[in-house]
Amino acid sequence: MSKQVSRRNLLGKIGAALAGVATLPLARTAKAAVQKVLVSTPAPKGYDPTRHKWVMAIDANRCIGCGLCAEACKTENHVPDGPFYRTWIERYVITKPKPGSGASRGETFVDCPNGGMHGFPELPVPKSEIQHSFFVPKLCNLCEHSACVQVCPVGATFDSPDGAVLIDPKYCIGCGFCIQACPYGCRFLNPVTKTAEKCTLCYHRITRGLKPACVEVCPTQARVFGDLKNPVPDDPIQQFYQNNKVQALKPHLGTDPRVFYAGIDKEVR
Amino acid sequence: MTGDITNYVFEAMPHFEGYVYPNEATPQPLWSVLIVLYPYITGLVAGAFIMASLVRVFNVRALEPVYRLSLLTAFAFLLCAPLPLLFHLGHPERCFEVMMTPHLTSPMAIFGFVYAWYLMAVLLLELWFDYRADFVRWSTLTPGLRGVLYRLFTVGVMDVSEPAVKLDHKLGHILSIVGIPSAFLLHGYVGFIFGSVKANPWWGNVLMPIIFIMSAVVSGIALCVFNYMVLSWIRRKTIDMKCLDIMCMFLFYALVMDAAIEALDWIHRVYSAEEGFQVMQYMAREKLFYTLNLGQATFGTAVPLLLLGSLQLLRKYVPELGRRRMYFSSAVLILCGVLAMRWNVVIGGQLFSKSLRGVMSYKMEFAGLEGWFMGAVLLVLPFVILTVFVKLFLSEQLPTSSLPAEGGDGESNNFGRAHGGPIAALPVGSGRD
Repeated sequence: MSKQVSRRNLLGKIGAALAGVATLPLARTAKAAVQKVLVSTPAPKGYDPTRHKWVMAIDANRCIGCGLCAEACKTENHVPDGPFYRTWIERYVITKPKPGSGASRGETFVDCPNGGMHGFPELPVPKSEIQHSFFVPKLCNLCEHSACVQVCPVGATFDSPDGAVLIDPKYCIGCGFCIQACPYGCRFLNPVTKTAEKCTLCYHRITRGLKPACVEVCPTQARVFGDLKNPVPDDPIQQFYQNNKVQALKPHLGTDPRVFYAGIDKEVR
Repeated sequence: MTGDITNYVFEAMPHFEGYVYPNEATPQPLWSVLIVLYPYITGLVAGAFIMASLVRVFNVRALEPVYRLSLLTAFAFLLCAPLPLLFHLGHPERCFEVMMTPHLTSPMAIFGFVYAWYLMAVLLLELWFDYRADFVRWSTLTPGLRGVLYRLFTVGVMDVSEPAVKLDHKLGHILSIVGIPSAFLLHGYVGFIFGSVKANPWWGNVLMPIIFIMSAVVSGIALCVFNYMVLSWIRRKTIDMKCLDIMCMFLFYALVMDAAIEALDWIHRVYSAEEGFQVMQYMAREKLFYTLNLGQATFGTAVPLLLLGSLQLLRKYVPELGRRRMYFSSAVLILCGVLAMRWNVVIGGQLFSKSLRGVMSYKMEFAGLEGWFMGAVLLVLPFVILTVFVKLFLSEQLPTSSLPAEGGDGESNNFGRAHGGPIAALPVGSGRD
């Protein structure tokens, strides 16, 4: 025999469900408050991450491969020497096809000596054989659905409401799972702190009204930075979106990068 | 200055070809030999437990001689399973955060819970229910510290009346049933840690958990075969050939399943030839040639398949000694093959750049946390623990209780349960292989 459901019982249950739904936003606010207390970021007191939405965009047409951005990043963020980079510049050289080969283009060479910090050596192929050659600055793609955040076993890496993907160094256990999960190779294990590290958009700077170090030093404005929630007159980031058809890196992985690129080729991954 | 020298050294020793992301150009992969051992040891646990479950749940009576040995094997290896993971962490002192504040979308966060569940709720309890009556008996028979130890293991439950013992068996049986999905969960989940990484075409694969489970079953049964034969040899006992034949029959069928699923995986990869296939092809042909084609496929799978398969058909015509030799070599080959498989997955997945334009090299060091020596220590450690367990819980001097619910003739060497008399009274034979 099935149990009889009385009217009083049913109303009580519906009431409880409604009460549960009503308290959801409250619970969310409480969770955000707790997170704010628990998480250590270099933001100053009084900074409200819900009032900003930071983003960077790259105009590869403008990049001259000078490497100042990569160098500034290393200095600004005390990134150790060796193969550890929060940002770097790749050089792509695509050659012309061999005559009569029937191909649309030749080979693709990519290099990035020392993260591009000190510029690039002579081109590996004679100029006459080059179809395209360009530089692509790389950094954290600020994914909407970050694989790195998803896999962190302790939640040390997290999406900040202001668009930055951050790591709490006091909480990271150094398992390296996020480094494996990042499709763009943007993360590394800092050999000094033994924790994962990546581009934070220079969080200590942007939360104080400054630009990230790489944007600050870029001589050609190939790196465009802005706050989507607080557009300024002639906002460079809005202009970038208006003037360019853009693409993101590895879109098939569904990570939904928020860093858009203009002027890159299909060879860029 | 030091940084400059490091840079020069990096440039002087090209350990990668093509283009790799600058953060990937490290001298050794982020996850190296310790993370190879972690799924290997966990897999042996799961497999050895499945082996024990064949007796308990599926009532394969012929395997009773290895029931307890399999459980103890699973236990000894389970104790060591998290060690490589722990040693590998950048901050091992923060490891408890994984359980205190787990991030539930992470495949790794659940490991603590799955591990604790499997250790505390399944394996430890099943062992205790199985051994309790014996502990009570042994605590009265054994003098000195050892007797005190057995008394401690009883946790004060000294009731050995028939209903109490029957209840023990019933609960053990239930735990065994719960244990099978738990063992699959334990290792399938390890497979998912790799299978969930969509950034890596070598890992991100829906079949990964199943491949891991099947290879775990294979390696676990092979380990039980190995342990049974070695222990018989050490104790100069006759090997129960019926038990060994059946064990290796299960080993063969598990290996067939494992090989079929792994072949399916490769057929799919080759046929669909998705992004990154070229670099994978290069890996299989160059970087992983020895461990993949020879270690895993030929000596780890094909040869044991042939050896065990031929014995399934021609068992009657092969003398016992020959059979024992073939079984033993198959077990050892499988154990090495599955280790090679773990290597191919873990190291292989990190030997190519996620830019899919270049490959790295890896030369293992001898010393250091991620070196040969440490790896060997971590592989030997479970065997050391198992030796202690065997001394304590499979002692030749102590009588074991018979099961009221289960029959069996207990005619020969017995590392499961002897039915009645002390094992020391059993015939001494020529089990040398």
